[in-house]
Parts: sequence; structure tokens; C-alpha cells
Amino acid sequence: MSVLSVKNVNKRFGGLQALNEVNLEVEEATVHAIIGPNGAGKSTLLNCFVGRLMPDTGNVTFDGHSLLGLPPHEINQIGVSRVFQTPEIFSDLTLLENVMIPAFAQRDGAFQLNPWHSVSDESEVSGEAMEMLRDVGLSDQAQDIASQLSRGDKRRLELAMCLVQKPKLLLLDEPTAGMARADTNNTIDLMKRIAERGVTMVVIEHDMHVVFSLADKISVLAQGTVIAEDLPEKIKGNPKVQEAYLGGAHL
Amino acid sequence: MTASKTTSSSDLILLACFAAAVMAGPVILAPFGAGYPDLLQKFAIFGIFAIGFNILFGLTGYLSFGHAAFLGAGSYTAVWTFKLFSMNPIPAIIMATAFGGVFALVIGFISLRRSGIYFSILTLAFAQMSYNLAYSVLTPITNGETGLQLVQTDPRWLDTTVFGRDYGSTLPSSDLFGITMTGYSGFYFCAVMLIICFYISMRIFRSPFGLMLRAVKTNQNRLNYTGVNTRPYTLAAFVISGMYAGLAGGLMAVTDPLAGAERMQWTASGEVVLMTILGGTGTLLGPVIGAGAIKYFENIFSAYNDTTLMNIFSFLPEGLQTGVVNILGLFVGDGWHLTLGALFMLIVIFLPGGLMEGVNRLVNWATARFKNKDDGAPTPEPAAS
Repeated sequence: MSVLSVKNVNKRFGGLQALNEVNLEVEEATVHAIIGPNGAGKSTLLNCFVGRLMPDTGNVTFDGHSLLGLPPHEINQIGVSRVFQTPEIFSDLTLLENVMIPAFAQRDGAFQLNPWHSVSDESEVSGEAMEMLRDVGLSDQAQDIASQLSRGDKRRLELAMCLVQKPKLLLLDEPTAGMARADTNNTIDLMKRIAERGVTMVVIEHDMHVVFSLADKISVLAQGTVIAEDLPEKIKGNPKVQEAYLGGAHL
Repeated sequence: MTASKTTSSSDLILLACFAAAVMAGPVILAPFGAGYPDLLQKFAIFGIFAIGFNILFGLTGYLSFGHAAFLGAGSYTAVWTFKLFSMNPIPAIIMATAFGGVFALVIGFISLRRSGIYFSILTLAFAQMSYNLAYSVLTPITNGETGLQLVQTDPRWLDTTVFGRDYGSTLPSSDLFGITMTGYSGFYFCAVMLIICFYISMRIFRSPFGLMLRAVKTNQNRLNYTGVNTRPYTLAAFVISGMYAGLAGGLMAVTDPLAGAERMQWTASGEVVLMTILGGTGTLLGPVIGAGAIKYFENIFSAYNDTTLMNIFSFLPEGLQTGVVNILGLFVGDGWHLTLGALFMLIVIFLPGGLMEGVNRLVNWATARFKNKDDGAPTPEPAAS
């Protein structure tokens, strides 16, 4: 069953046709990678999923809801979480607080006026957050301030923040960008474990190593158009893809 | 849900110490020449103002330059409550707090559409607008430059009908069931309010609501993508801090039943920013300490004049004496703001976290020394947090 479906999406910035009749179906409990050379429109497409950009025509639906024109918090509340290219975390707060905030947002909704409650009484939420930190291997640093973390650890924290909400769909924008090789491999392992639990993921990635170790299905975007959509092993041999990436040379 | 369950024991200790220190204020501050009720009242009232401001600025990072508008509005509301209903301070402060909140809801609703410097400018513009309106168009309500005062012919409807009180031909002053709100009784009324306000602020700091406000300060974008609608959170913080300001304004009127537009001027808005930063933004105690420090120095330095300085430096040879007095004279009396400016610069440069950072550094230094002396003796665990 398809969870996320993109139908005939067009987006134009001035004279540039950033997205041209893009169609995409993301199946439940799969990892769907979107690859393509620089400027192919990958990030534009992702921004159309999360309400940051409004397509000129076409529609994006998730689980039957149209995502167009919804503010980011409503898109999150219906089950879509997002990981950013540079990890977006609450850097002045502790790791535990970082994970408790999304857990509260999940439990209490977009707004809850509860100034008379006490965070220290919310053992259920803090237990859940602690469990999540243990899962990504950061439980020892739970009381540290998040800004002290390494790039790779910030990414793990961000993943924990998304996963604590039990999202139906996880969007990842170049999750390993700017990471050292060891950090990249750790992150891939973590994402594999997440995928095994049946979380649907859409990954935008440059790094072919990451794409081919994770993806169940790959869509190739070039100049705003989907030029190929197939299983990873078949994408490698696709002449159109080789053309787009290497100008005809063989991968 | 009882308070003892949801307030951790270390917080209860902090609250108890705070309450004790405030109540013992007249005794503690007497050796510093600040043990008299007029100044103590100011400490308490501006402490409330700064605690409220800190809920907005310290937690969410939204810097309002217009909080004096709510202070002024609170004062006017309180005086009108005195005039129309009763000289009892309780209705006056309830009305002042409520009106501060309503006024903040309107201004906050518009100003919070922007963030950063644009938000600050919008709040500043609204406050200056209120200030000018109070002097011009709204004169029937504010009594313009003269200021809003009590008169003998005020109706005082509740006093005459319910309490059956008649003040005769004397101009009444505010009183709580017979206790006049001047001098020490006035201070203790403000002190009780300060302690209640401190407790409420503590609860907000420790709540999931407060955690969300701190998240707004550190990464609003992430918070939106985490499924949180940040607008109602910032608006709630703005309204709460507006209510604190309204209450502070109301208390000013309780201790001295007079309201003037100058309370709304931008300098008053700037003063509460200075108090909060000086004491320590985002800390529980900082704003109270900052408010106390500024009001104390204002009182001390503005009291000096050239004659007193001449007396102090009378031991110097005459030429040198006039020289020293001429230079120092710039920093005292009307020029005490120069001292405040210098002090503020020193704090911001050397203690960016305000006076509270200084206190914390001292405590850390002392505990480190204490531990070294004891040479590994087990230190008592801090009470469960």
C-alpha cells in the first residue's frame, strides 16, 4: 500500500522549472531513496512534502490527507517526521530534554497549557525518552548539553527525537552529509535497524554507498523529472541514469 | 495533585529561603541603608515586574521593549478601581493583573507575528503609542500630564454599599480591611505578592510548558517540525509576563494611589531589560536580584550631590578636592545613569550570565575548596532534583 503519493507536481522558480510533472509512490514499510545530480530538484521535492514549499500544480497526499498548505506542525502531527541536512536539535538543552520535547508534542498535541505540571513527575515520558536514547547509544550522555555532541552524535540524537514520536513516515535529507566514514557507517546501521521495525522512510542522498546499502527502491531525479524508478540492482545498469550522472560513462 | 508532590524538595528549599529573605528584608537590608519601606516596596514591585519579564525574555528569548505599557496600564486600572469600587487593594490588583493580561493579548497577538529585532521594534512602537495616547487622546481616562489621582467625590461604590465605609472629608489611602497600605504594611503586602509570583514562575520553569518555551528560544524551526505550534506558546508567555507587569503597576498604585503616563515611557521598558540581564537572564532568582541592585544603586547614587562629595573628600588638598569632586560628580545625583551604564558594561563583559553567574562561580569555587580540604570525605548528595 502506498503511504505517500506525489501526483503531477510542478514547481517553477522564475525561469527555472524545478519540478516537472513529478509522480512518486512510496510503499508502506519500505525505504525509498531519491537520488540525482546537484540541482535535480531533490530538496525542492522534499520541501513540498513538509509544507515549506507550495507546488504550482499537482498534489502530495499522505495516508489520504493532502499535505499542501499545511503548516509544519500539522504535518508532523499526522505522522510525518523530518531529519534535516544539518542536524536540527535544541542545542542549549540536555539530550534527555531534546527527546522529551517531541515525546510531549506526540502525547499532548500542538499546544498544551500545563504550567502547573512538573517535568520531573512525567516519568512515563522521560522513561520513553531514555529508552530511545539507549536505542541510539546516547544514554550515557543523557544529562549533557546537546551542543557538545559530535556531528554524528547530533544526527543520532535527531533520529531519536523523530523516532520517539513513532512516525508513520520519516523524511531524511542527506542524513550522512558532512560525516566521517565511521560516523556514516554507524548512521547507516542505525537507519537499517529503524527500517527493520517497519518505519517508512524517504531518503534523499548523494552518497551511493548509503543509498545502495539502505534503499528498497530508488527514484532518480534529473532536471526536475523522474527519469527512472526501480530496484537498486536494476538502477545501476539503467543507461538513462548513467547518462544523467556521468554523461554516458559506465558506473 | 498537591504542591508537595509536584514541587521537588530542592525547589521547596529555594522557595523557603527566598520567602524568608524577602520577609526579613527590612532587617537584612538595614545595614546597607536600604531598610526602609519606600525602597523595599520598590524592590518587591520591580522584582515582580522583572520576574514576569524573564518568563518571556529568559525562556522564549523574545525581547520585548514595550513592557512598561502593561505596567502603566496596570497602574491606571488600579487607580480607577480605587475610584469606582473600593480602596481595598485586592480588587485593584486583580483588575490590574487582568487588564495587563488583556492588553498584552492584543499587543502580543500582533507583535508575535514577527520575531527577533522586528518583534522588539513592534513592542517598542506599541508602548510609545500607548504613552502618547495617554498624554493626548485618552486624557479623559488618564488625566493627561497631571496624572490620575483620587478625589473626595469618587463614588467608591463597593465601599459605600457593601463595606459601609465612609472616608468623610479626608482623601482616603488604600487599605486592606483597615490596614493602611503605606510604610511596612505596604511593603509586606508587596512582599507576599512577590513570593507568590516567584512560586508561580518556579512552577512555569519546571513544567513541560516551560520546557517548550525554552525550546522556542533554542530552535524554533525544529520545534515546528516536531509538531508543536509555537505561536500559542509564545503568546501565552507574553500574556503571563503582561499580567506580571500589570500586577506590578497595580501594586505601585496600591502603595501610592497615583498613576502617570511616564510609567509607560520607553526608558521604563528599557529598565526592566537591564534588570533581567544584570541579574541573569533565564534564571529564577536573577531578575529579582537585578531589580534590587538597580533600584538600590539608583537610590544610593542619586542621593549624593557635590556638597556630600566635598565632605567625603575634605581630607584632600583643596585643588585636588575640587578636581576629584568634579569628575565623580558626573557619576552621582542626576548623573547616576552613567554609573549604571558602566556597571552594566562590566557585568555584560565579565559575567555574561549576570550576577547569578557570579554567584554560581563563587559557589563552585567554594565547594571545590571545601572538597579539597575534606580530602575525599563523602559529600552529601544534593536533595533529589
